[in-house]
Order: sequence, then structure tokens, then C-alpha cells
Amino acid sequence: MQLTKEQQEILGGSQGEVMAKVYKTLVMYGDAFGADKLVPITSKYNHLVTSFGLKMIGPVYELMNKLIEAGALSTQKFSMDPRPIDSKVPANFLQNLIFKKFMYSKQDFYEGQLEQLGLMDKDAFTCACYMDEVGNKPARGDILSWAESSAVVYANSVLGARCNRNSGIIDIMGSVAGVVPNFGLLTDEGRRADWIVKIETTKKPEAQLLGSAIGMKVMDAVPYIYGLDKWLGEELDDAACTYLKDFGAATASNGAVGLYHVDGLTPEAKDFGTSLINEGAEVYVIDDAELERVKASYPVMWKNPDAKPKLCFMGCPHMSLEQLKSWTDRVEAALAEAGNSKVQIPTVFTAAPAVLREFEKTDYAERLKRTGVITSYICPLMYMNNPLSAKMPVITSSNKLRTYTTAKYYTDDEILAAISGKGGNK
Amino acid sequence: MKQFKGRVVAPGKITAEAVVTHNGFNTLASLQKALQFGDKKATVGDQNNPDLYGKAIAGKALCLPQTIGSTTGGMVIYCACSMKRQPACMLFSKPIDSLAAAGAILASVWLDDVTMPVVDSLGDEFLEYMKDGMTVSVDEDGTVTVD
Repeated sequence: MQLTKEQQEILGGSQGEVMAKVYKTLVMYGDAFGADKLVPITSKYNHLVTSFGLKMIGPVYELMNKLIEAGALSTQKFSMDPRPIDSKVPANFLQNLIFKKFMYSKQDFYEGQLEQLGLMDKDAFTCACYMDEVGNKPARGDILSWAESSAVVYANSVLGARCNRNSGIIDIMGSVAGVVPNFGLLTDEGRRADWIVKIETTKKPEAQLLGSAIGMKVMDAVPYIYGLDKWLGEELDDAACTYLKDFGAATASNGAVGLYHVDGLTPEAKDFGTSLINEGAEVYVIDDAELERVKASYPVMWKNPDAKPKLCFMGCPHMSLEQLKSWTDRVEAALAEAGNSKVQIPTVFTAAPAVLREFEKTDYAERLKRTGVITSYICPLMYMNNPLSAKMPVITSSNKLRTYTTAKYYTDDEILAAISGKGGNK
Repeated sequence: MKQFKGRVVAPGKITAEAVVTHNGFNTLASLQKALQFGDKKATVGDQNNPDLYGKAIAGKALCLPQTIGSTTGGMVIYCACSMKRQPACMLFSKPIDSLAAAGAILASVWLDDVTMPVVDSLGDEFLEYMKDGMTVSVDEDGTVTVD
């Protein structure tokens, strides 16, 4: 890797031992992937994935302390992934005890460290930091040092920013140094497609199911997708962005996709079209039967596969304002059809604190509250990641949550049927 | 005896007993329980990985194609190394993924008393040849010798 004279000096210790280690980390990381140089981060804000004060990650706190004590702080303010605890989310006595006294007992301490390192503000905790209400929305072409997989794939694909699928801690190393190694999705070559995906379904495919199918097929490659503009239109309006948010998160968690192009819709596909596709790209055709096959392949992790669900999570990744509003309408309609006034399964809709604040200003908030649905800023993944919650029969429309936990995937319509009581449990 | 040659990602020399997965190694799902509950043997808790579920990997030569799963993966490897619950070495048949590379590099740079050699690009034949319990030696130049 070619380093500038200044970068070589920092690597040699001109700004102290800790800063030298930050640079050494980034140089070794870049060397592992054939990076040619370190390039400046150009986004206004960073976003970090490790948001949870888990007792078990003591070594991370020690590392953060080394940075803070050496004055090696982030050159950018940053947002964080969601908080792991919210008292609004139903939990029994034992779960609360485990969350607060055992698992996340270091949360306050860790948030104190984050404030010293450069946290945007005390409410900047969401996986969907790119929402307008949150304000961490990179511009096209911006170079990022993010790690949250759903945010990385959104920033690359929908916003046209440039970011690799980094690991936690590498994200903060980049923003302390102000540079990241130039490889992979930061380069024009790395953004070319090795897969052509043709959507040939008879109805608009479920975003989370379609993303899952593509992720499992292409893994970490870049897919160029035909036929989705038919269902989403040719403008990145709120509805299209919301769809792509959920779709992308599923591609990134069920596979390892960091960038996709949608013909006629996403920015680079609009500008460069099929010239983005590499010669010899493989082809994957998705029709109704293929989506059914993928859905049927999901293992059911519940001890009793026919158990009545005890909890429903929507919002992994966090819901948009448009989504909260449209789901208020859908829940009301489903309840009316079922002849019920409140949801029949405890149901939690999760969104960024800033999005929830805007939602509260609308009349939808009171209407949703009347249905019994709870709104929260929690990370459902962090709620589920313990033996007690893992034993609960939880349903979700999130294919990310399904992949990483014991939660069972339902389509949007199945979720509505289950929580309204019109369809019962499947 | 059989030898394979790979690329050195994190240097080191070690001999250990092999434990093998043909599926992607989901770092968070595999190690979370072990780190959370003080299991020094690092027993793998990922129920989706029949090759490794219930097996101890601390101090073993972990042979794998790539890591998969949450982008906290590198942080988890770093924590495992810091707590001395890491594999003796990680031997990848494929080019290393960005999450595993991050974990190995963070441990190599930031932890003074931990060595976990990491070699990648050993080839599909390597993973086909390896079986649990084989003795593996890793050299500084990325040569992997199987007895």
C-alpha cells in the first residue's frame, strides 16, 4: 500500500503509540484485501455498530479507554446502533434481571465512553441512521467507515455512498484516523455486478423474502436486479426507500451483500445501466415458486413449532415514519376485519428515537396506541440474544431477526392476520 | 504428512489439534454464549452449524471456509483473544472475509500477549482433507503441515 509521507510518519509514531496502532490496524486491514492507499473519509458523520454495553465485551471498553486516554478521538461525530434495553418492551422479572444486572450492566458506562469519543447526541441510537429525522444521511460518493450491515448496504445502494462491509471496531478506527483503506466497494471495479437477478413474480415480492433469496444465492457478490422497478417505480420516494431498506437488510444478513443495483431505480443503475454488469455474470431468476421454496427452507427454531406467539417484533431494521403510518392504517383495518379492538399478541414496532418523536406529532401515534401496539427504540436482536428470550415463541417480519435469533419469519400479511386475530397462529 | 500453502494474514507459528467446519463460521452465534458465561473452552453455541455445535474450539486449529453473520464478528474474535478463549490458529480455505480479518488484525495489533496465526486461501482441497483431531502445524510463511 502506498502511504503519504504524513501517514508513514504517523505509522512510525509521530502522533504517539496509540495513533500508530490505529494506523497499523488500518494498513494491515487494507493489505489483506489489496488496498492501494488510504483515502479520506468524506461523510459528515460516522456510524458505529457496537451499541450494547454487554458485560462480556470488557476488552472493547479497555480499547476505547486507550483511545480516549491518548486523545485519539473520532474526527467525526457518530451515531450508534440501537440501545439494547427499553422498559416499554414486555419482559418478565427474570428477563429484566438478566438484561439490567447481567447482560447489559455496562450500558451506562459504555455510553459515557461513546460521548467522550464523539457521539452525535444521546438519542442517536438506531440502525437506520440515514433517516431524514436522524440526520446521518451520506451524500452520493461519500466515503464512509460504517459497519452496521443494513446501513452499509443502504448507503452503498440507495444513496450511492461508498463503504465496505467493515467489522465493529474497524469502524471507529477509520473515523479516529480520518481515513480508510481503498479496496472493494470503495472502488469502481468493486461496485460492478457479478450476478444478474430477474424478478418474474406475479405480484410485488415481499421485501424481506426477496432480499433473503438474493442474499443466500449471491452471498457477498454485487447483484444487478431487473424487474423490481415495475413494482417500486422509477423514483426513490419514501415507499421505495422503505422497501429497499428492508430488502437490503435481508440481503446483507441472509447473505453478505454490501451493494446491489436495481435497474431503472438506484442511482448508479440509472446512470450507468447494464455497463455495471461484468462479463460472464451468473443469472438467477426469481418467480413465485422460488420465493415459496426459500420461505419453506427456513428452519423453525421453536421447541413447539405450533406454539402461540408470545411477542411480535416489527422494525429490524428500524421502521421509517412512512412505515409507522402505513402500518397504523393496516393494523386498524385488520383489527376491524377481525372484530377486535386491540392486537391479540403483544406487538412492538421499533424505530429511531428521532423518528418516534416525529411520529408522536401526528394523529397516527394516538391511533396506533389505541390498537395496543407498543413503539420502542430497542434493538430486537439484543432483546432476543439470551437463553430466556430465545425460548419465547416470537414472530417477526424481519429476515435479519430470523437469521440471528429463534424468531419465526412471517410475511406482512401473516403478521397482520396473527396480531389482529383474524388468521390465528399458523 | 501433507502440506498446504496459504497467505499469512496474522503471523505466527503453532501446532494444534484440528477442528473443522465446512459451513461458514458464524462468529457471534458461535462464541457469544462462551464469552458471556465464562466458558474457557469456547464451546460453540451455533445450532445452525452441525459441524461445530457443542465442540470446544479454544486452543484448537480452527479450519473453515470463511466467517459469516453479524458485522460484530471481528469485535467478537478480538474479545475471545483478549479473554484467552481463541482458537490456536484460524486456517481459511477461501480468501479471508473482512470480519474475520478485522478480528485477527485487531488482536495482532492491540493485544501484546496473544498470538493467533491466521492463514487464508489454503484451497478447497485443504478443507476436504482436514478432519477433526488431526495435528496441524503452521509456519511463519503460511505453510500448513498436517500429520
